[in-house]
Amino acid sequence: MSPVLEVRDLRTEFFTAAGTLRAVNDVSFSLNEGEIIGLVGESGSGKSVTGFSLLGLIDAPGKITGGSVRLKGDELVGMAQPDLRRRRGRDIAMIFQDPIATLNPLLTIGQQMEMALAAHERLSPRASEDRCAEALERVGIPSARARLKAYPHEFSGGMRQRVAISIALLHRPAVIVADEPTTALDVSIQAQIVTEMKMLAREFGVAMIWISHDLAVVSGIAQRIAVMYAGRIVETGPAAQVLRQPRHPYTRGLLDSMPHATAPGQALRQIPGSMPSMMALPPGCAFAPRCAFASPACTSVPELTEAAGRSWRCFHPLDQPAQEGITS
Amino acid sequence: MNQHRETYLKIENVSKIFGPRLSMGDRILRAAIRRGPPPSLTAVSGVSLTLAKGQTLGLVGESGCGKSTLGRVIAGIYPPTTGKVMLDGLALMEEGRKVTTAVQTVFQDPFASLDPRMKVGEAVAEGPVAHGIVPRSGARAHVAKWLSHAGLDPTLADRYPHQFSGGQRQRIAIARALAMQPKLLICDEPVASLDVSIQAQVINLFLELRRDLDLTCVFISHDLSVVRHVSDRVAVMYLGRIVELGETHQVFGRPSHPYTAALLDSVPRIAAEGEVLMEVKPISGEIPSPLNPPPGCHFAPRCPLATARCTAEIPSLRETAPGQRAACHHAESQLAEPERAGA
Ligand SMILES: Nc1ncnc2c1ncn2[C@@H]1O[C@H](COP(=O)(O)OP(=O)(O)OP(=O)(O)O)[C@@H](O)[C@H]1O
Ligand SMILES: Nc1ncnc2c1ncn2[C@@H]1O[C@H](COP(=O)(O)OP(=O)(O)OP(=O)(O)O)[C@@H](O)[C@H]1O
Ligand SMILES: [Mg+2]
Ligand SMILES: [Mg+2]
Repeated sequence: MSPVLEVRDLRTEFFTAAGTLRAVNDVSFSLNEGEIIGLVGESGSGKSVTGFSLLGLIDAPGKITGGSVRLKGDELVGMAQPDLRRRRGRDIAMIFQDPIATLNPLLTIGQQMEMALAAHERLSPRASEDRCAEALERVGIPSARARLKAYPHEFSGGMRQRVAISIALLHRPAVIVADEPTTALDVSIQAQIVTEMKMLAREFGVAMIWISHDLAVVSGIAQRIAVMYAGRIVETGPAAQVLRQPRHPYTRGLLDSMPHATAPGQALRQIPGSMPSMMALPPGCAFAPRCAFASPACTSVPELTEAAGRSWRCFHPLDQPAQEGITS
Repeated sequence: MNQHRETYLKIENVSKIFGPRLSMGDRILRAAIRRGPPPSLTAVSGVSLTLAKGQTLGLVGESGCGKSTLGRVIAGIYPPTTGKVMLDGLALMEEGRKVTTAVQTVFQDPFASLDPRMKVGEAVAEGPVAHGIVPRSGARAHVAKWLSHAGLDPTLADRYPHQFSGGQRQRIAIARALAMQPKLLICDEPVASLDVSIQAQVINLFLELRRDLDLTCVFISHDLSVVRHVSDRVAVMYLGRIVELGETHQVFGRPSHPYTAALLDSVPRIAAEGEVLMEVKPISGEIPSPLNPPPGCHFAPRCPLATARCTAEIPSLRETAPGQRAACHHAESQLAEPERAGA
């Protein structure tokens, strides 16, 4: 099976007055039908810019300066804007962190859904309403047809996020980029949405990129994880393996700083220092200044090492316990 | 933990009811869609609890359940509609005015609470000087002391808030609260906007200062793993009421209210080596509107244990185990469930 989305050496830069900032640096990954990949990393590591780049939503002073994004075989990098607009929403869609910002408070839910539908399909008003009601039902909103007449403020945060998801699903896109879709929501609503999204991926074969800085949420939804640091993907692999046996010291650091990794009341283990400015990255591995394992070798950029479905960029990868046995 | 220490905070039957006061934006929106004013809203209903000196109480519950409102009543920011708050045996408020500086608050968004045009040193000095805690001549030294307590370089006092990162701004907010030399600190979602590595730094700072200064704390968060980490006791709120109250290990290990259990079941966790995790179980249904709460136990419509009695009779907060209380007619059935891992 060929992947629905294939990203190779993607590079996105911002040319600001203060200097050039490489927010996405040689990012590569691929996604199969119905697969969910979690993209994790600290604030400012380039997760959202990666997501925007996939949809061609980078505006000046930003620019995709290299690499390739293939969606069902078609190259999106360099595609003319009108063509890109035709693919966006229909073949690839994005869900943003803040559903309040996505929805217009002065239009009913139904009006907004019908507008999204009309962007790619011509339907009679009747058929259009049917499609919208059906889309709302699919994300678990009861008495959907009546709810089409409601305004966004009449919905709870969780329901608004579900509306945003149902709009993203209207055209059954092959790929959805979900940027922190549950970060602003309660755990209980988060659990509902995660459960629904997993079901949608399974049932309709939608592939997803789930962006989050919450490793626990990602562990519950993604089959694979990509860990991003200062614009680069530093580690990828099956979710359970990456989270239990990380190979990159940065991944280990993220896991160790979570509260559950330490006994209650004890000081949490923190990663020393902070992420360097992306305008003044250290030469070589950008994590080296914070890394307990750094050596002189780390002043050059580590190549991607691949083994047994996992990959990492590190000169000093953490050991794999013997019983796991790497077979490549 | 500190069971024999004296009570510091005492809350008696506190309720907070908001009248139908609307912002200009709401008014315009409501006029546009032809709706009348909403009825009044009971954000906090009949809350009583005590907290011993030096202890931290975690306050959890879904969005809109009244955590911040209760925090603000305890901090003296809102006068309660009924009931009273006592600190060390003395009333927090007299004639609707706060009469002590012994309680201070740290909010979620330090940007909103720091004036962008004021140097951070001035922001930290403002309160203590105004309340005569330090003379104006001593302000600089006072600021330097508290900035360094919060892990910041005191020479940064002349910078403006936007020159700091999110984690640093939260440290400034903590320094500013502590410069008032409070006995009780209310932290309202202090780490919610921070990512995991910066969150760890701020939590460590909190743990260290709490110990060094023997602070009593109320820690509000919807992140249950953070609350479990920092709290001695936990109160679980649902639609304005406290539904469960107990030692942290009790509430997380053996909840006696079905809502607490459901909330714990919806928290995602990373599986340990060889552990097979249960699928995360979302709570069924939506949280009801606080404008029109269901009769009896507010959780009944979503509760797996609910019976006819639950919609007819409001359960009182009663002892379910030594040191643990729950407002549930069926707490015994809930307690009979096996103990949770990692409590
Ligand atoms: N329009 C822009 N102009 C200039 N720089 C930008 C722009 N958008 C993003 N950046 C920079 O690109 C880098 C990556 O930002 P991005 O928003 O992708 O981070 P993120 O990983 O999504 O972080 P968060 O978890 O906080 O959302 C940051 O240094 C950011 O400041
Ligand atoms: N000043 C106010 N005027 C009117 N209603 C208010 C006011 N402040 C809060 N409320 C309402 O009181 C209820 C409790 O709100 P509160 O902010 O205390 O909840 P919370 O538990 O802190 O929620 P969150 O987790 O979202 O911060 C909500 O329904 C809210 O809309
Ligand atoms: Mg982002
Ligand atoms: Mg709040």
